[in-house]
Amino acid sequence: MSAKTETLVWLAQRISAMVLAPLVLVHIVTVIYAIRGGLSAAEILSRTQGSLFWGGLYGLFVLAAAIHGSIGARTVIGEMTPWRGRSLDAAAVAFAVGLMAMGFRAVGALT
Amino acid sequence: MSEATMRELEVAVWRGGDSGGFVTYRVPERADQTVLDVVTFIQRRIDPTLAYRYSCRVGMCGSCAMTVNGRPRWTCRTHVATVAKGGRLSLAPLANMPVIRDLVADMTEFFDKWRRAKGRFVPAKESPKGFARVPPADPKRRAADAGIECINCGICYAACDVVRWNPDYLGPAALNRAWTLYNDVRDGDRLGHLLAVAGDAGCHACHSHQNCMEFCPKGLNPTASIAGLKRAVAGAYLKGEL
Repeated sequence: MSAKTETLVWLAQRISAMVLAPLVLVHIVTVIYAIRGGLSAAEILSRTQGSLFWGGLYGLFVLAAAIHGSIGARTVIGEMTPWRGRSLDAAAVAFAVGLMAMGFRAVGALT
Repeated sequence: MSEATMRELEVAVWRGGDSGGFVTYRVPERADQTVLDVVTFIQRRIDPTLAYRYSCRVGMCGSCAMTVNGRPRWTCRTHVATVAKGGRLSLAPLANMPVIRDLVADMTEFFDKWRRAKGRFVPAKESPKGFARVPPADPKRRAADAGIECINCGICYAACDVVRWNPDYLGPAALNRAWTLYNDVRDGDRLGHLLAVAGDAGCHACHSHQNCMEFCPKGLNPTASIAGLKRAVAGAYLKGEL
């Protein structure tokens, strides 16, 4: 990967982390609130379906998690195993695409 | 001879190449003895075939670094009394480098990486008109000053986890050098220094574990220099200069 692309990847990793930090907090607080309040799945769905807020929030969550997770996994694999280079880069992209596909499918079902 | 000077140290020394092993020697303990004194005693009095490296003996040349009781140190300025636990010393060549023989590590890759990091001053294309005026209080000059006293001993490189994990990683010393040059306003290719250290083999691979700072015998902070490079490279990228 060129120095320029590597710099972009590094920036994407930092920015996605900044996005994820508050989103993870919102997610966890919401989960605890919903469970402790005794909401059923149907009740939760009735609140999230058609909601631009929840759709946007979890859409952003999926995007940031896919970017952050794939770049991080690429770094960890590159440092901890002999696997490096283009095939690892391609696998990281495939991982990101897979995460996004699954994530957006879930967001679609939620909203 | 008093009882104190007759005490002996038990010194385990790495002998052989990468697949060698430790051999234990007994060396008389002396007041104000350095680890280098101990190695020299073994080589001169016990086994003249012991290979090790040193030059200045006063912490200037950076050639006597070894792994002392598991940690990278400059041996000429490390007193035995501060590191020998229960009179025991273990001495091995620096980590993260191939072993040539005994206590001598092969530093070829270490210095090649300085070159790859473009760790040399690039003169400006046009000859300067008169002396460059660099105020000592200038922020760039201060940043360069903070990293300039490196003696190339390789201790930070031996202490760095990322060097161990990523064989292409340029390492703290080379990156610290690049940072000092980037902050030298007289340098003719400051952007070139950034380009040489951008990416996965360069500053962006650093995890800020700060082992380099912890072990640097000169008290430098290569982690801060590398963080500076990360910021400078990202800034240059966002401005479209990279």
